[in-house]
Amino acid sequence: MNTTWSRFNIASLVVGFAFLYLPIVLLVIYSFNESRLVTVWAGFSVKWYVSLFHNQSFIDAAWVTIRVGLFSATVATILGTLGALAMTRYTRFRGRLLFSAMIYAPLVMPEVITGLSMLLLFVAVGMDRGIWTITLAHITFSMCFVAVVVQSRLVTFDRSLEEAAMDLGATPVTTFFKVTLPVILPAVVSGWMLAFTLSLDDLVISSFTSGPGATTLPMRIYSQVRLGVTPEINAACTILIAIVTVGVIIASIANKQREVQRARDEQAAARN
Amino acid sequence: MQRLISSIASRLVIVVPYIWLLVFFLVPFFIVFKISLSEVAMAIPPYSPVFDLSAGWTAFKDSVSKFSWDNYIWLTQDPLYYRAYLSSLFIAGVSTVLTLLVGYPIAYGMARAPATVRPTLLMLVILPFWTSFLIRVYAWIGILKPEGLLNQFLMWAHVIDTPLNILNTNTAVFIGIVYSYLPFLVLPIYSALEKMDYSLVEAAEDLGCPPIAAFWKITFPLSLPGVIAGCFLVFIPAVGEFVIPDLLGGSQTLMIGKTLWNEFFSNRDWPVSSAVAVILLLLLVVPIVLFQRAEARAQESEK
Repeated sequence: MNTTWSRFNIASLVVGFAFLYLPIVLLVIYSFNESRLVTVWAGFSVKWYVSLFHNQSFIDAAWVTIRVGLFSATVATILGTLGALAMTRYTRFRGRLLFSAMIYAPLVMPEVITGLSMLLLFVAVGMDRGIWTITLAHITFSMCFVAVVVQSRLVTFDRSLEEAAMDLGATPVTTFFKVTLPVILPAVVSGWMLAFTLSLDDLVISSFTSGPGATTLPMRIYSQVRLGVTPEINAACTILIAIVTVGVIIASIANKQREVQRARDEQAAARN
Repeated sequence: MQRLISSIASRLVIVVPYIWLLVFFLVPFFIVFKISLSEVAMAIPPYSPVFDLSAGWTAFKDSVSKFSWDNYIWLTQDPLYYRAYLSSLFIAGVSTVLTLLVGYPIAYGMARAPATVRPTLLMLVILPFWTSFLIRVYAWIGILKPEGLLNQFLMWAHVIDTPLNILNTNTAVFIGIVYSYLPFLVLPIYSALEKMDYSLVEAAEDLGCPPIAAFWKITFPLSLPGVIAGCFLVFIPAVGEFVIPDLLGGSQTLMIGKTLWNEFFSNRDWPVSSAVAVILLLLLVVPIVLFQRAEARAQESEK
Protein backbone atom coordinates (compact mmCIF):
# COMPACT_ATOMS: atom_id res chain seq x y z
CA MET A 1 0.00 0.00 0.00
CA ASN A 2 1.16 3.46 -0.88
CA THR A 3 1.98 5.57 2.13
CA THR A 4 1.07 9.11 1.20
CA TRP A 5 -0.09 10.76 4.34
CA SER A 6 -2.51 13.47 3.43
CA ARG A 7 -3.48 16.30 5.72
CA PHE A 8 -6.98 14.85 6.00
CA ASN A 9 -5.64 11.54 7.29
CA ILE A 10 -3.45 13.20 9.89
CA ALA A 11 -6.29 15.44 11.01
CA SER A 12 -8.71 12.54 11.39
CA LEU A 13 -6.14 10.60 13.41
CA VAL A 14 -5.37 13.56 15.68
CA VAL A 15 -9.05 14.29 16.32
CA GLY A 16 -9.85 10.60 16.73
CA PHE A 17 -7.10 9.93 19.22
CA ALA A 18 -7.89 13.12 21.13
CA PHE A 19 -11.47 11.88 21.45
CA LEU A 20 -10.26 8.47 22.62
CA TYR A 21 -7.72 9.71 25.15
CA LEU A 22 -8.87 13.10 26.45
CA PRO A 23 -11.57 11.72 28.80
CA ILE A 24 -9.13 9.23 30.33
CA VAL A 25 -6.39 11.85 30.69
CA LEU A 26 -8.79 14.26 32.39
CA LEU A 27 -9.95 11.50 34.73
CA VAL A 28 -6.36 10.78 35.74
CA ILE A 29 -5.51 14.47 36.20
CA TYR A 30 -8.49 15.09 38.46
CA SER A 31 -7.62 12.12 40.67
CA PHE A 32 -4.75 14.28 41.92
CA ASN A 33 -7.08 17.16 42.72
CA GLU A 34 -6.95 18.70 46.19
CA SER A 35 -10.63 19.62 46.13
CA ARG A 36 -13.51 17.27 46.79
CA LEU A 37 -15.19 18.74 43.71
CA VAL A 38 -14.07 16.75 40.73
CA THR A 39 -14.44 19.54 38.21
CA VAL A 40 -12.69 22.39 40.02
CA TRP A 41 -8.90 22.26 40.15
CA ALA A 42 -7.55 23.22 43.58
CA GLY A 43 -3.96 22.03 43.48
CA PHE A 44 -1.99 18.78 43.42
CA SER A 45 -2.60 16.19 46.10
CA VAL A 46 -2.38 12.45 46.57
CA LYS A 47 -4.75 12.43 49.52
CA TRP A 48 -7.44 10.51 47.62
CA TYR A 49 -5.01 7.68 47.03
CA VAL A 50 -4.18 7.65 50.74
CA SER A 51 -7.85 7.55 51.70
CA LEU A 52 -8.44 4.82 49.11
CA PHE A 53 -5.80 2.62 50.72
CA HIS A 54 -7.53 3.06 54.07
CA ASN A 55 -10.88 2.09 52.58
CA GLN A 56 -11.26 -1.56 53.54
CA SER A 57 -14.28 -2.21 51.32
CA PHE A 58 -12.28 -1.14 48.24
CA ILE A 59 -9.36 -3.35 49.21
CA ASP A 60 -11.61 -6.36 49.83
CA ALA A 61 -13.30 -5.80 46.49
CA ALA A 62 -9.92 -5.54 44.77
CA TRP A 63 -8.89 -8.92 46.19
CA VAL A 64 -12.10 -10.59 45.04
CA THR A 65 -11.60 -9.10 41.57
CA ILE A 66 -7.99 -10.24 41.29
CA ARG A 67 -8.77 -13.78 42.44
CA VAL A 68 -11.71 -14.12 40.07
CA GLY A 69 -9.65 -12.59 37.24
CA LEU A 70 -6.58 -14.81 37.62
CA PHE A 71 -8.54 -18.01 37.99
CA SER A 72 -11.18 -17.37 35.32
CA ALA A 73 -8.61 -16.11 32.79
CA THR A 74 -6.50 -19.24 33.22
CA VAL A 75 -9.38 -21.68 32.83
CA ALA A 76 -10.87 -19.62 29.99
CA THR A 77 -7.53 -19.68 28.17
CA ILE A 78 -7.35 -23.49 28.35
CA LEU A 79 -10.96 -23.95 27.25
CA GLY A 80 -10.74 -21.23 24.60
CA THR A 81 -7.56 -22.69 23.10
CA LEU A 82 -9.22 -26.11 22.94
CA GLY A 83 -12.23 -24.51 21.31
CA ALA A 84 -10.04 -22.77 18.74
CA LEU A 85 -8.27 -26.06 17.96
CA ALA A 86 -11.61 -27.81 17.57
CA MET A 87 -12.82 -25.09 15.20
CA THR A 88 -9.75 -25.05 12.96
CA ARG A 89 -8.58 -28.68 13.07
CA TYR A 90 -11.85 -30.55 12.90
CA THR A 91 -13.83 -29.06 10.07
CA ARG A 92 -16.48 -31.78 10.22
CA PHE A 93 -18.02 -33.10 13.38
CA ARG A 94 -21.55 -33.49 14.54
CA GLY A 95 -22.93 -30.22 15.87
CA ARG A 96 -20.11 -28.05 14.54
CA LEU A 97 -22.58 -25.37 13.45
CA LEU A 98 -23.99 -25.16 16.96
CA PHE A 99 -20.47 -25.11 18.35
CA SER A 100 -19.37 -22.17 16.22
CA ALA A 101 -22.62 -20.37 17.05
CA MET A 102 -21.91 -20.83 20.76
CA ILE A 103 -18.37 -19.47 20.27
CA TYR A 104 -19.44 -16.33 18.38
CA ALA A 105 -22.75 -15.51 20.08
CA PRO A 106 -21.32 -14.58 23.49
CA LEU A 107 -19.09 -11.96 21.82
CA VAL A 108 -22.12 -9.84 20.99
CA MET A 109 -24.69 -11.12 23.49
CA PRO A 110 -26.03 -8.27 25.64
CA GLU A 111 -24.56 -8.67 29.09
CA VAL A 112 -27.93 -8.40 30.82
CA ILE A 113 -29.09 -11.57 29.03
CA THR A 114 -25.91 -13.52 29.77
CA GLY A 115 -25.99 -12.40 33.40
CA LEU A 116 -29.65 -13.22 33.94
CA SER A 117 -29.42 -16.63 32.25
CA MET A 118 -26.34 -17.61 34.25
CA LEU A 119 -27.97 -16.58 37.49
CA LEU A 120 -31.10 -18.59 36.73
CA LEU A 121 -28.92 -21.64 35.98
CA PHE A 122 -27.15 -21.32 39.33
CA VAL A 123 -30.46 -20.91 41.13
CA ALA A 124 -31.98 -23.89 39.26
CA VAL A 125 -29.17 -26.21 40.35
CA GLY A 126 -29.19 -24.77 43.85
CA MET A 127 -25.66 -23.39 43.80
CA ASP A 128 -24.75 -20.85 46.47
CA ARG A 129 -24.01 -17.57 44.80
CA GLY A 130 -20.67 -15.94 45.50
CA ILE A 131 -17.16 -15.74 44.20
CA TRP A 132 -17.39 -19.15 42.47
CA THR A 133 -20.51 -18.39 40.50
CA ILE A 134 -18.92 -15.12 39.30
CA THR A 135 -15.83 -17.09 38.27
CA LEU A 136 -17.86 -19.68 36.31
CA ALA A 137 -19.76 -16.92 34.52
CA HIS A 138 -16.54 -15.09 33.64
CA ILE A 139 -14.91 -18.27 32.31
CA THR A 140 -17.88 -18.85 30.02
CA PHE A 141 -17.95 -15.51 28.27
CA SER A 142 -14.20 -14.90 28.18
CA MET A 143 -13.32 -18.34 26.75
CA CYS A 144 -15.10 -17.33 23.57
CA PHE A 145 -12.91 -14.24 23.21
CA VAL A 146 -9.82 -16.41 23.78
CA ALA A 147 -11.08 -18.89 21.16
CA VAL A 148 -11.45 -16.15 18.55
CA VAL A 149 -8.00 -14.68 19.27
CA VAL A 150 -6.24 -18.08 19.17
CA GLN A 151 -8.23 -19.20 16.14
CA SER A 152 -7.06 -16.21 14.10
CA ARG A 153 -3.47 -17.32 14.78
CA LEU A 154 -4.17 -21.00 14.07
CA VAL A 155 -5.61 -20.42 10.60
CA THR A 156 -2.27 -18.99 9.44
CA PHE A 157 -0.30 -21.80 11.13
CA ASP A 158 1.89 -23.94 8.85
CA ARG A 159 0.54 -27.48 9.31
CA SER A 160 3.62 -29.03 7.63
CA LEU A 161 5.59 -28.37 10.86
CA GLU A 162 3.24 -30.67 12.74
CA GLU A 163 3.32 -33.24 9.99
CA ALA A 164 7.12 -33.22 10.07
CA ALA A 165 7.13 -33.80 13.83
CA MET A 166 4.67 -36.67 13.52
CA ASP A 167 6.61 -38.21 10.63
CA LEU A 168 9.60 -38.22 12.96
CA GLY A 169 7.58 -40.23 15.47
CA ALA A 170 6.11 -37.62 17.83
CA THR A 171 2.63 -38.36 19.12
CA PRO A 172 -0.10 -35.77 18.45
CA VAL A 173 -0.02 -34.77 22.12
CA THR A 174 3.76 -34.28 22.09
CA THR A 175 3.49 -32.48 18.77
CA PHE A 176 0.99 -30.10 20.27
CA PHE A 177 3.17 -29.19 23.25
CA LYS A 178 6.50 -29.12 21.40
CA VAL A 179 5.49 -27.62 18.04
CA THR A 180 2.03 -26.09 17.96
CA LEU A 181 1.87 -24.44 21.37
CA PRO A 182 5.21 -22.57 21.10
CA VAL A 183 4.11 -21.10 17.76
CA ILE A 184 0.66 -19.99 18.90
CA LEU A 185 1.90 -18.93 22.36
CA PRO A 186 1.76 -15.16 21.68
CA ALA A 187 -1.92 -15.51 20.74
CA VAL A 188 -2.58 -17.67 23.81
CA VAL A 189 -0.88 -15.10 26.04
CA SER A 190 -2.84 -12.21 24.56
CA GLY A 191 -5.97 -14.34 24.92
CA TRP A 192 -5.19 -14.74 28.61
CA MET A 193 -4.65 -10.99 29.01
CA LEU A 194 -7.90 -10.28 27.21
CA ALA A 195 -9.75 -12.74 29.45
CA PHE A 196 -8.17 -11.22 32.54
CA THR A 197 -9.11 -7.65 31.63
CA LEU A 198 -12.63 -8.69 30.61
CA SER A 199 -13.05 -10.25 34.02
CA LEU A 200 -11.49 -7.21 35.71
CA ASP A 201 -13.95 -4.91 33.90
CA ASP A 202 -17.17 -6.80 34.13
CA LEU A 203 -19.97 -5.16 36.07
CA VAL A 204 -23.25 -6.48 34.72
CA ILE A 205 -22.59 -10.23 34.69
CA SER A 206 -20.89 -10.05 38.10
CA SER A 207 -23.83 -8.15 39.58
CA PHE A 208 -26.27 -10.81 38.43
CA THR A 209 -24.22 -13.81 39.50
CA SER A 210 -22.73 -12.59 42.77
CA GLY A 211 -24.13 -13.27 46.16
CA PRO A 212 -23.80 -11.65 49.55
CA GLY A 213 -20.18 -11.05 50.50
CA ALA A 214 -18.76 -11.23 46.98
CA THR A 215 -18.37 -7.70 45.66
CA THR A 216 -15.99 -7.02 42.80
CA LEU A 217 -14.21 -3.72 42.24
CA PRO A 218 -16.46 -2.63 39.33
CA MET A 219 -19.52 -3.37 41.49
CA ARG A 220 -17.99 -1.29 44.30
CA ILE A 221 -17.13 1.56 41.92
CA TYR A 222 -20.60 1.43 40.36
CA SER A 223 -22.44 1.69 43.66
CA GLN A 224 -20.14 4.59 44.61
CA VAL A 225 -20.68 6.35 41.25
CA ARG A 226 -24.45 6.21 41.73
CA LEU A 227 -23.97 8.29 44.87
CA GLY A 228 -21.92 10.89 42.98
CA VAL A 229 -18.58 11.56 41.36
CA THR A 230 -15.73 11.71 43.86
CA PRO A 231 -11.95 12.05 43.47
CA GLU A 232 -11.60 8.76 45.34
CA ILE A 233 -13.27 6.90 42.45
CA ASN A 234 -10.98 8.78 40.07
CA ALA A 235 -8.04 7.50 42.09
CA ALA A 236 -9.33 3.91 42.01
CA CYS A 237 -9.89 4.20 38.24
CA THR A 238 -6.39 5.64 37.75
CA ILE A 239 -4.82 2.68 39.55
CA LEU A 240 -6.76 0.24 37.35
CA ILE A 241 -5.77 2.16 34.21
CA ALA A 242 -2.13 2.16 35.30
CA ILE A 243 -2.11 -1.61 35.91
CA VAL A 244 -3.64 -2.35 32.50
CA THR A 245 -1.40 0.13 30.65
CA VAL A 246 1.79 -1.26 32.20
CA GLY A 247 0.63 -4.82 31.44
CA VAL A 248 -0.13 -4.07 27.80
CA ILE A 249 3.16 -2.20 27.30
CA ILE A 250 5.20 -5.03 28.87
CA ALA A 251 3.39 -7.58 26.70
CA SER A 252 4.00 -5.63 23.50
CA ILE A 253 7.69 -5.11 24.32
CA ALA A 254 8.05 -8.85 25.04
CA ASN A 255 6.33 -9.60 21.75
CA LYS A 256 8.65 -7.29 19.86
CA GLN A 257 11.74 -8.82 21.47
CA ARG A 258 10.54 -12.29 20.58
CA GLU A 259 10.11 -11.15 16.97
CA VAL A 260 13.61 -9.63 16.90
CA GLN A 261 15.00 -12.85 18.36
CA ARG A 262 13.19 -14.92 15.75
CA ALA A 263 14.48 -12.72 12.92
CA ARG A 264 18.01 -13.13 14.31
CA ASP A 265 17.58 -16.93 14.53
CA GLU A 266 16.32 -17.06 10.97
CA GLN A 267 19.30 -15.05 9.75
CA ALA A 268 21.68 -17.33 11.64
CA ALA A 269 19.95 -20.37 10.15
CA ALA A 270 20.20 -18.89 6.66
CA ARG A 271 23.95 -18.30 7.08
CA ASN A 272 24.68 -21.89 8.10
CA MET B 1 -1.81 -47.50 23.91
CA GLN B 2 -0.22 -44.35 22.49
CA ARG B 3 -2.85 -44.36 19.81
CA LEU B 4 -5.63 -44.67 22.30
CA ILE B 5 -4.33 -41.71 24.30
CA SER B 6 -4.07 -39.64 21.13
CA SER B 7 -7.56 -40.44 19.98
CA ILE B 8 -8.96 -39.66 23.41
CA ALA B 9 -6.98 -36.40 23.46
CA SER B 10 -8.27 -35.33 20.08
CA ARG B 11 -11.80 -36.10 21.13
CA LEU B 12 -11.39 -34.11 24.35
CA VAL B 13 -10.33 -31.07 22.32
CA ILE B 14 -13.87 -30.89 20.99
CA VAL B 15 -15.86 -32.37 23.84
CA VAL B 16 -14.59 -30.30 26.77
CA PRO B 17 -15.31 -26.80 25.42
CA TYR B 18 -18.48 -28.10 23.77
CA ILE B 19 -19.94 -29.43 26.99
CA TRP B 20 -18.87 -26.32 28.89
CA LEU B 21 -20.71 -24.07 26.43
CA LEU B 22 -23.77 -26.32 26.36
CA VAL B 23 -24.05 -26.30 30.14
CA PHE B 24 -23.17 -22.68 30.82
CA PHE B 25 -24.38 -20.95 27.69
CA LEU B 26 -27.16 -22.89 25.96
CA VAL B 27 -28.98 -24.58 28.84
CA PRO B 28 -29.37 -21.27 30.74
CA PHE B 29 -31.39 -19.89 27.82
CA PHE B 30 -33.90 -22.70 28.20
CA ILE B 31 -34.11 -21.97 31.90
CA VAL B 32 -34.77 -18.30 31.13
CA PHE B 33 -37.52 -19.34 28.75
CA LYS B 34 -38.99 -21.71 31.30
CA ILE B 35 -39.03 -19.11 34.04
CA SER B 36 -40.56 -16.52 31.74
CA LEU B 37 -43.59 -18.83 31.66
CA SER B 38 -43.97 -19.06 35.41
CA GLU B 39 -45.72 -16.85 37.90
CA VAL B 40 -44.07 -14.44 40.25
CA ALA B 41 -44.14 -15.60 43.87
CA MET B 42 -43.14 -14.11 47.17
CA ALA B 43 -40.46 -16.65 47.85
CA ILE B 44 -36.79 -17.38 47.36
CA PRO B 45 -36.24 -17.84 44.45
CA PRO B 46 -39.10 -15.46 43.64
CA TYR B 47 -41.00 -17.55 41.10
CA SER B 48 -43.14 -20.66 41.27
CA PRO B 49 -41.50 -23.40 39.24
CA VAL B 50 -43.42 -24.45 36.15
CA PHE B 51 -42.09 -27.95 35.81
CA ASP B 52 -39.66 -30.28 37.41
CA LEU B 53 -37.77 -32.42 34.94
CA SER B 54 -37.13 -35.11 37.52
CA ALA B 55 -40.85 -35.83 37.84
CA GLY B 56 -41.07 -37.76 34.55
CA TRP B 57 -42.93 -37.37 31.30
CA THR B 58 -46.55 -37.34 32.51
CA ALA B 59 -45.74 -34.68 35.05
CA PHE B 60 -43.99 -32.77 32.29
CA LYS B 61 -47.03 -32.96 30.00
CA ASP B 62 -49.23 -32.00 32.88
CA SER B 63 -47.18 -28.93 33.62
CA VAL B 64 -46.97 -27.85 29.98
CA SER B 65 -50.71 -27.36 30.08
CA LYS B 66 -50.15 -25.01 33.01
CA PHE B 67 -47.74 -22.75 31.08
CA SER B 68 -48.73 -19.21 31.52
CA TRP B 69 -48.13 -16.62 28.84
CA ASP B 70 -49.26 -13.94 31.26
CA ASN B 71 -45.83 -12.35 31.40
CA TYR B 72 -45.74 -11.92 27.65
CA ILE B 73 -49.30 -10.58 27.59
CA TRP B 74 -48.24 -8.17 30.30
CA LEU B 75 -45.33 -6.98 28.13
CA THR B 76 -47.71 -6.12 25.29
CA GLN B 77 -50.15 -4.33 27.56
CA ASP B 78 -47.77 -2.00 29.30
CA PRO B 79 -46.53 0.55 26.73
CA LEU B 80 -43.36 0.97 28.79
CA TYR B 81 -41.94 -2.27 27.43
CA TYR B 82 -42.48 -1.90 23.71
CA ARG B 83 -41.44 1.71 23.89
CA ALA B 84 -38.25 0.57 25.61
CA TYR B 85 -37.61 -2.01 22.88
CA LEU B 86 -38.20 0.48 20.07
CA SER B 87 -36.14 3.16 21.72
CA SER B 88 -33.27 0.69 22.30
CA LEU B 89 -33.25 -0.22 18.62
CA PHE B 90 -33.40 3.46 17.70
CA ILE B 91 -30.60 4.52 20.06
CA ALA B 92 -28.40 1.60 19.01
CA GLY B 93 -29.05 2.33 15.31
CA VAL B 94 -28.24 6.04 15.57
CA SER B 95 -25.16 5.28 17.67
CA THR B 96 -23.92 2.72 15.14
CA VAL B 97 -24.17 5.27 12.32
CA LEU B 98 -22.40 7.90 14.45
CA THR B 99 -19.67 5.41 15.40
CA LEU B 100 -19.16 4.61 11.73
CA LEU B 101 -18.87 8.32 10.88
CA VAL B 102 -16.26 8.82 13.60
CA GLY B 103 -14.50 5.48 13.19
CA TYR B 104 -14.11 5.17 9.44
CA PRO B 105 -11.81 8.20 9.03
CA ILE B 106 -9.67 6.92 11.91
CA ALA B 107 -9.37 3.44 10.36
CA TYR B 108 -8.64 5.01 6.98
CA GLY B 109 -5.99 7.31 8.40
CA MET B 110 -4.37 4.36 10.17
CA ALA B 111 -4.33 2.17 7.07
CA ARG B 112 -2.79 4.97 5.01
CA ALA B 113 -0.15 5.81 7.60
CA PRO B 114 3.49 4.79 6.96
CA ALA B 115 3.95 1.09 7.67
CA THR B 116 6.40 1.82 10.50
CA VAL B 117 3.83 3.89 12.44
CA ARG B 118 0.92 1.48 11.96
CA PRO B 119 1.68 -0.94 14.83
CA THR B 120 1.90 1.99 17.25
CA LEU B 121 -1.39 3.46 15.98
CA LEU B 122 -2.99 0.03 16.29
CA MET B 123 -1.85 -0.23 19.89
CA LEU B 124 -3.17 3.27 20.59
CA VAL B 125 -6.63 2.21 19.38
CA ILE B 126 -6.59 -1.04 21.35
CA LEU B 127 -5.26 0.44 24.60
CA PRO B 128 -8.47 2.25 25.65
CA PHE B 129 -10.34 -0.98 24.91
CA TRP B 130 -8.28 -2.66 27.62
CA THR B 131 -9.30 0.01 30.13
CA SER B 132 -12.47 -0.71 31.98
CA PHE B 133 -15.74 0.04 30.23
CA LEU B 134 -17.18 1.39 33.47
CA ILE B 135 -14.23 3.75 33.92
CA ARG B 136 -14.54 5.10 30.40
CA VAL B 137 -18.25 5.77 30.87
CA TYR B 138 -17.61 7.30 34.28
CA ALA B 139 -15.00 9.65 32.79
CA TRP B 140 -17.72 11.27 30.69
CA ILE B 141 -19.85 12.20 33.71
CA GLY B 142 -17.24 14.72 34.85
CA ILE B 143 -17.00 16.12 31.33
CA LEU B 144 -20.70 16.40 30.47
CA LYS B 145 -22.05 17.62 33.81
CA PRO B 146 -23.68 21.09 33.75
CA GLU B 147 -20.70 22.42 35.76
CA GLY B 148 -18.42 19.92 34.02
CA LEU B 149 -15.28 20.40 31.99
CA LEU B 150 -16.93 20.69 28.56
CA ASN B 151 -19.23 23.49 29.72
CA GLN B 152 -16.37 25.21 31.54
CA PHE B 153 -14.32 25.11 28.35
CA LEU B 154 -17.12 26.29 26.07
CA MET B 155 -17.99 29.16 28.40
CA TRP B 156 -14.34 30.13 28.75
CA ALA B 157 -14.08 30.16 24.96
CA HIS B 158 -17.28 32.30 24.82
CA VAL B 159 -19.03 29.79 22.58
CA ILE B 160 -21.98 29.61 24.95
CA ASP B 161 -23.27 31.77 27.80
CA THR B 162 -25.33 29.25 29.71
CA PRO B 163 -24.19 25.68 30.39
CA LEU B 164 -25.47 23.06 28.00
CA ASN B 165 -27.56 20.33 29.48
CA ILE B 166 -26.03 17.17 28.05
CA LEU B 167 -25.71 14.74 30.94
CA ASN B 168 -28.87 12.70 31.54
CA THR B 169 -30.10 13.11 27.97
CA ASN B 170 -30.02 10.82 24.94
CA THR B 171 -27.15 12.89 23.51
CA ALA B 172 -24.98 11.75 26.40
CA VAL B 173 -25.99 8.14 25.69
CA PHE B 174 -24.98 8.56 22.03
CA ILE B 175 -21.61 10.01 23.04
CA GLY B 176 -21.10 7.20 25.55
CA ILE B 177 -21.86 4.44 23.05
CA VAL B 178 -19.73 5.97 20.28
CA TYR B 179 -16.86 6.39 22.69
CA SER B 180 -17.06 2.93 24.26
CA TYR B 181 -17.58 0.94 21.09
CA LEU B 182 -15.27 2.88 18.74
CA PRO B 183 -12.40 0.32 18.79
CA PHE B 184 -14.84 -2.49 17.84
CA LEU B 185 -15.59 -0.62 14.63
CA VAL B 186 -12.15 0.78 13.85
CA LEU B 187 -10.32 -2.56 14.06
CA PRO B 188 -12.29 -4.62 11.49
CA ILE B 189 -12.38 -1.68 9.05
CA TYR B 190 -8.66 -1.10 9.51
CA SER B 191 -7.83 -4.74 8.83
CA ALA B 192 -9.97 -4.70 5.68
CA LEU B 193 -8.36 -1.46 4.46
CA GLU B 194 -4.86 -2.59 5.28
CA LYS B 195 -5.17 -5.74 3.18
CA MET B 196 -6.52 -3.75 0.25
CA ASP B 197 -4.41 -3.35 -2.87
CA TYR B 198 -3.99 0.38 -3.15
CA SER B 199 -2.72 0.23 -6.71
CA LEU B 200 -6.37 -0.22 -7.75
CA VAL B 201 -7.12 3.30 -6.56
CA GLU B 202 -3.99 4.63 -8.26
CA ALA B 203 -5.01 2.97 -11.49
CA ALA B 204 -8.45 4.57 -11.27
CA GLU B 205 -6.94 7.98 -10.57
CA ASP B 206 -4.49 7.59 -13.44
CA LEU B 207 -7.44 6.93 -15.69
CA GLY B 208 -8.96 10.25 -14.59
CA CYS B 209 -11.25 9.18 -11.77
CA PRO B 210 -11.51 11.95 -9.15
CA PRO B 211 -10.22 10.81 -5.70
CA ILE B 212 -13.62 11.02 -4.02
CA ALA B 213 -15.27 8.92 -6.73
CA ALA B 214 -12.37 6.46 -6.55
CA PHE B 215 -12.98 6.17 -2.80
CA TRP B 216 -16.67 5.37 -3.23
CA LYS B 217 -16.14 3.07 -6.22
CA ILE B 218 -13.12 1.10 -4.97
CA THR B 219 -11.98 1.70 -1.40
CA PHE B 220 -15.35 1.70 0.31
CA PRO B 221 -16.74 -1.47 -1.38
CA LEU B 222 -13.51 -3.31 -0.56
CA SER B 223 -13.74 -2.28 3.09
CA LEU B 224 -17.39 -3.32 3.28
CA PRO B 225 -16.82 -6.68 5.05
CA GLY B 226 -15.00 -4.77 7.80
CA VAL B 227 -17.74 -2.15 7.95
CA ILE B 228 -20.44 -4.81 8.27
CA ALA B 229 -18.60 -6.78 10.97
CA GLY B 230 -17.88 -3.56 12.88
CA CYS B 231 -21.48 -2.35 12.70
CA PHE B 232 -22.75 -5.65 14.11
CA LEU B 233 -20.17 -5.51 16.88
CA VAL B 234 -21.50 -2.09 17.85
CA PHE B 235 -25.22 -2.49 17.19
CA ILE B 236 -25.97 -5.83 18.87
CA PRO B 237 -24.44 -5.17 22.30
CA ALA B 238 -25.62 -1.54 22.21
CA VAL B 239 -29.28 -2.65 21.99
CA GLY B 240 -28.99 -4.38 25.35
CA GLU B 241 -26.63 -1.82 26.89
CA PHE B 242 -27.17 -1.12 30.58
CA VAL B 243 -24.23 0.84 32.02
CA ILE B 244 -24.28 3.72 29.51
CA PRO B 245 -28.01 4.58 29.68
CA ASP B 246 -27.94 4.10 33.44
CA LEU B 247 -25.01 6.42 34.14
CA LEU B 248 -25.25 8.94 31.29
CA GLY B 249 -28.91 8.78 30.31
CA GLY B 250 -31.77 10.47 32.09
CA SER B 251 -35.09 9.30 33.39
CA GLN B 252 -36.62 9.73 29.93
CA THR B 253 -33.95 7.53 28.33
CA LEU B 254 -35.72 4.22 27.80
CA MET B 255 -33.52 1.27 27.05
CA ILE B 256 -34.45 -2.36 27.44
CA GLY B 257 -31.25 -3.35 29.26
CA LYS B 258 -32.08 -0.81 31.95
CA THR B 259 -35.71 -1.98 32.09
CA LEU B 260 -34.58 -5.58 32.55
CA TRP B 261 -32.12 -4.58 35.26
CA ASN B 262 -34.75 -2.60 37.18
CA GLU B 263 -37.34 -5.34 36.77
CA PHE B 264 -34.84 -7.78 38.22
CA PHE B 265 -33.05 -5.83 40.94
CA SER B 266 -35.70 -3.29 42.01
CA ASN B 267 -39.01 -5.09 41.41
CA ARG B 268 -37.52 -8.53 41.97
CA ASP B 269 -39.87 -9.86 39.30
CA TRP B 270 -37.80 -12.68 37.82
CA PRO B 271 -40.48 -14.07 35.47
CA VAL B 272 -41.11 -10.70 33.83
CA SER B 273 -37.39 -9.94 33.49
CA SER B 274 -36.97 -13.39 31.89
CA ALA B 275 -39.76 -12.59 29.44
CA VAL B 276 -38.05 -9.25 28.65
CA ALA B 277 -34.80 -11.17 28.02
CA VAL B 278 -36.53 -13.71 25.74
CA ILE B 279 -38.07 -10.97 23.58
CA LEU B 280 -34.76 -9.07 23.47
CA LEU B 281 -33.04 -12.25 22.33
CA LEU B 282 -35.67 -12.81 19.61
CA LEU B 283 -35.09 -9.25 18.39
CA LEU B 284 -31.36 -9.91 18.21
CA VAL B 285 -31.45 -13.42 16.73
CA VAL B 286 -31.39 -12.18 13.13
CA PRO B 287 -28.45 -9.77 13.56
CA ILE B 288 -26.56 -12.35 15.68
CA VAL B 289 -26.97 -15.08 13.05
CA LEU B 290 -25.92 -12.67 10.30
CA PHE B 291 -22.89 -11.63 12.33
CA GLN B 292 -21.90 -15.23 13.05
CA ARG B 293 -22.21 -16.14 9.34
CA ALA B 294 -20.09 -13.14 8.33
CA GLU B 295 -17.42 -14.10 10.88
CA ALA B 296 -17.39 -17.75 9.80
CA ARG B 297 -17.09 -16.69 6.16
CA ALA B 298 -14.21 -14.33 7.01
CA GLN B 299 -12.42 -17.16 8.82
CA GLU B 300 -12.92 -19.50 5.86
CA SER B 301 -11.49 -16.98 3.40
CA GLU B 302 -8.39 -16.50 5.59
CA LYS B 303 -7.40 -20.10 5.08
